[in-house]
Amino acid sequence: MVEAGSAFDAWWGWPPPVLDPAGPYADSVTTLAWVLFGLGVIVTLIVVAAVYLAVNGSKRTKSKLGGERAVWIGGIAFPGIVLTILLVWGLALTASLTKTPTGDEMRVRVTGHMWWFDVEYLDSAGNVVLRDSNELHLPVGEPVVIELASADVIHSFWVPNLSGKEDMIPGRVNELLVQADKAGRFGGICAEYCGGPHALMGFVTVAHGSSEWREWWKDRTRSLPGIADQDVPGETVVLASNPATPPDLNPLDGRQLFMNSGCAACHRVAGTEANGLAGPDLTHVGNRLSLGAGILPNNRGTMMGWIGNSQSIKPGNRMPNYDMLSADELEAIAIWLEQQK
Amino acid sequence: MSGGKLKNTRDAMEGRRSETGFDHDLYALFPTHRPRPEGELKELERIWQNPKGWGLLTVVNNNYIGFLYVATAFLFFLLAGILALGMRVQLAAPLQEFLPQGTYNQFFTMHGTVMMFLFAVPMVEAIGIMLLPQMLAARDLPFPRLSAYAFWAYFVGGLSFFASLFVGLAPDGGWFMYPPLTSIAYSPGINTDFWLLGIGFIEISAIAGAIEIIVGVLRTRAPGMTLDRMPMFAWAMLVFAVMIVVAFPSVILGTLLLELERAFNWPFFDPTRGGDPLLWQHLFWFFGHPEVYIIFLPAAGLMSMMVAAVARTPLIGYRLNVLALVATGFISFGVWAHHMFATGMPRVSTGYFSAASMAVSLPAGIQVFCWIATLAAGKIRWSTPALFIVGSITIFVMGGLTGVMLGMVPFDWQAHDTYFVVAHLHYVLIGGMVFPMFAAFYYWVGMTSRNALSERLGNWVFWLMFSGLHITFLPMHLTGFMGMPRRVYTYLPDRGLDMLNLVSTVGAFVIAAGVLLFLVDLARNFRFTTEHDAGNVYGGGTLEWLPTGLYSTRSIPLVKSREPLWDDPEICDDVAEGRYFLPNSATGLRETIITSPINAEPQYLQLMPGPSPWPIGAAVFTAVFFLSLTVQAYAFGAFGGIVAVVCVLRWLWETDRPIQQQTADIGGGITVPIAVTGPTSHSWWALSTLMVVLGMIVFMGLFSYLYLFGIHPEVWIAAPPLSQSAGIAAALVGALGLAWLSRRSMATKQSGEFPGQVPWLASAIAAGLLGAAIWWDWTGWSAAGLVASASGQGATVFALLSFQACTVATAAIMALYLGFRSGRGLLLGPNSVTLDVVVRFVSYTAMQGLAIAAVVRFFPGELV
Repeated sequence: MVEAGSAFDAWWGWPPPVLDPAGPYADSVTTLAWVLFGLGVIVTLIVVAAVYLAVNGSKRTKSKLGGERAVWIGGIAFPGIVLTILLVWGLALTASLTKTPTGDEMRVRVTGHMWWFDVEYLDSAGNVVLRDSNELHLPVGEPVVIELASADVIHSFWVPNLSGKEDMIPGRVNELLVQADKAGRFGGICAEYCGGPHALMGFVTVAHGSSEWREWWKDRTRSLPGIADQDVPGETVVLASNPATPPDLNPLDGRQLFMNSGCAACHRVAGTEANGLAGPDLTHVGNRLSLGAGILPNNRGTMMGWIGNSQSIKPGNRMPNYDMLSADELEAIAIWLEQQK
Repeated sequence: MSGGKLKNTRDAMEGRRSETGFDHDLYALFPTHRPRPEGELKELERIWQNPKGWGLLTVVNNNYIGFLYVATAFLFFLLAGILALGMRVQLAAPLQEFLPQGTYNQFFTMHGTVMMFLFAVPMVEAIGIMLLPQMLAARDLPFPRLSAYAFWAYFVGGLSFFASLFVGLAPDGGWFMYPPLTSIAYSPGINTDFWLLGIGFIEISAIAGAIEIIVGVLRTRAPGMTLDRMPMFAWAMLVFAVMIVVAFPSVILGTLLLELERAFNWPFFDPTRGGDPLLWQHLFWFFGHPEVYIIFLPAAGLMSMMVAAVARTPLIGYRLNVLALVATGFISFGVWAHHMFATGMPRVSTGYFSAASMAVSLPAGIQVFCWIATLAAGKIRWSTPALFIVGSITIFVMGGLTGVMLGMVPFDWQAHDTYFVVAHLHYVLIGGMVFPMFAAFYYWVGMTSRNALSERLGNWVFWLMFSGLHITFLPMHLTGFMGMPRRVYTYLPDRGLDMLNLVSTVGAFVIAAGVLLFLVDLARNFRFTTEHDAGNVYGGGTLEWLPTGLYSTRSIPLVKSREPLWDDPEICDDVAEGRYFLPNSATGLRETIITSPINAEPQYLQLMPGPSPWPIGAAVFTAVFFLSLTVQAYAFGAFGGIVAVVCVLRWLWETDRPIQQQTADIGGGITVPIAVTGPTSHSWWALSTLMVVLGMIVFMGLFSYLYLFGIHPEVWIAAPPLSQSAGIAAALVGALGLAWLSRRSMATKQSGEFPGQVPWLASAIAAGLLGAAIWWDWTGWSAAGLVASASGQGATVFALLSFQACTVATAAIMALYLGFRSGRGLLLGPNSVTLDVVVRFVSYTAMQGLAIAAVVRFFPGELV
């Protein structure tokens, strides 16, 4: 998962994601940000120059500046005109960014939990087709409606490369329209303070090109009866092959350990008796780009570390340390989880 | 507007129209020429002398209370600043463990809360209490004991609130305290209750201070100081106080509701039972955004005065500036939801709030250009205040510009809740309030210290703070664009955030060095005094620079212009020699002249209470009351509450005494009455202001009720029967009638005549009727099946009824107090301020009960 030599979360960093739009809902805002920035610099310079001239200017300049006329021009007329223009632009832009969905878009429900994101892909009737956590996969070039909900306190969903943020509020469902116009991985993060380890509540958005998207969808839905034959959202059906599971040497039964150690009480792994809903869904955890809600690379070592000692990695998270498990046992669980793809 | 035209207008205001019938020709008597009798000054000094030793704790004079208030507020500035340094160390590098997560979350919550509630608001209020009486040439503010109570409540409450940090019980939900994170389910500890406690104190002292300032500015100005000649700071404080009266009730209600939800499980904010988390956000920000201007406007008023002084010319655009202050006050109440653009508001609403947010920057622009124009019109004399003024203009403009950016909805969706906003708000608040405050410290320190502060150190203080500010906060704009949210205790490495954060941390310590140097300056030069002060170092032209003692000025000048000291070189001598109003004590007691609100024509002489231990006693036991409730020691809390009420009654007991002398000579042979009641009196104005506060709380409560009905109508049940509502209304109308009777029977009595038992008894029976009505209302709803913990309707209805019950209890205590005074022969006809206050409060309570019952019973009750 982690490309050698680069930071694990290469989806964050330079250039600033707010100024590096990857879709139409971020693009126009970036333009706006640059215009506002330029305007801000100009106005600051004007004011500083005015102060300088007021203090050090020639007698003539000072007498021009030193009256109510200067207040009318500099304090009322100039800002009045500029603000009116900005307001009109802002209103038009707001309108274009809050288009009402047509109803044909792919829909994903993202629910904020303390402190992770539950991701559910919905069919056109609103039923859950696929469940995943802390990772959002999208087809490039397709508008996607994100239904934003919360299971506990207020969170906020933000992928700066794709769009502005929108809050996830208990008792309400907000809708956010996003679209990625280029393939890639984009960082997401909770932007509303939600207590405890709010700082460590992130996720990854992956935008797939069309063929890659088809493969991804088929792969995820391969075991779901009736789904595999249906349309891929935004695409037509193409078959994909199952990736082979690598052999391993740990003699312990990771699955057994997972079920017996209490993991299954909070985590769901589709197709097994693990059906807990309190924590992230682990059905596809082997494919995940990150662990701990966007904070660690996903490999065997980090998985073992997370299971054994998640409280020192992300203090306050809802998962207890499983430090009573031996290293071999942790490894066995990690190996089994790696196979959940 | 040309100078000549302005002068004509002024003349018109002065001469031709009299507001109260006062003959303006009498003003020609001043300054008087006859020498004053010996010993008047000694008498004034004796009357106004402050208690010594431990008795100093009982002091109420504004010179002392104002100074203590400023000093305490500055202490909180330092404490909250230390918290900020702790946070910056934690964020200097990624994944540090300098502050554990829980501690960091407490630190940032306390930093915001303390800076906003325990520093900024009290500081501007404190500067007002310190400067206003002198600026207006009043002997003191109209309710000195109320000031003392407000200060001590703030002092005790603020310190105990801050101490929660040392035992790990400080709030950790952010200064905005959004439920459900702060509801009992997700914040089971008492940390959140400590927040509600701390805010409770500041609500009390802010409201008390606002009443004091409104009445002080409108009624205790020196004769001749028309509204048009008021110092700009007085204008700013007037708008400030009115804004507090309108805005604070919203957060008072919000905190009450949150505490009710936490303590009794009433679901105001719980969507599963018909509440809504966004209700809190509306209540909080309806207060929270005006709050920013509540902080900024007084500082802008200080700026306007200092700019004129350092440029040595009157402020350009005085009236535009007043207009800007008032406009800011108005518009700021229409912008609160710009903090909620990301909550999924309808597009129309975001458009409206965006427009209002842009509009509110216009008045700020007017003020900035007034200052620049004034600098250009005059000739600046460089000094530390001048540096801070110019620095403030620059910083504030930069913060204002990022504010305009955030007012653009699409941009806000990106920048909201990121470090970009952290940068914005610090630019605005430091540029708009902290820098003016430091300028004001240097400028006005001569009023209260033997020595001025050092210009040499002051220069260093300025440059350290100015550069430190930019080093800290300029990079944060980019930090926000890099995707760093606010309120994070750490961040991950390799995200391009390391260097930006390190720079910010360095900058924070540069600011701290500047503040430290200021403390050194204080230690070296500041020596508190009320007599031998350093005086008018920077050459200001307003009345606070008249020679003063604890009694303020020897005589109260006749004001003929905006900068009397510049326009009349003789005024200082004339005032000190007693050639103006009230050169002595006319009654042998503390007193000040009450003037009319617009033209400041002398109306009557107010007798003022002196030092007393009861205000501080009331404050301490108010603290005991709230603290005990917070730690759930209810019996002890009840004890504290009762003692606090007794202390308040005891302090009032000494006021409003029957006096023999009915009129007084206030100089030049002008006589005015001494004690008056009715709409002319300062107590009438104060009570009216309090009624606005209570009315606003009820208004916001009714808003909450209707708001929840709009969101979750499905949990609403039908109202109790109409006959019951009619009965409640009849009881309340009966109380109104009895209140009228109480006043009527008093008014028919002769001067000094004992009015018999009717006045107090009618008021007491009226209070009893109020109690019967609320009892009936409450039990009626219970019988109708409404349960407070079951639904948003139950919660809001019973919250409103609880508020009514508290108001009724207050009215009952007041009626009994009236009876007690009557029994002791302190209630004499034909008019008594105490009776006036009680009757009006009883009437108000009846009307409040009618409003609550009517709305919740008929809308949407009859429609369900």
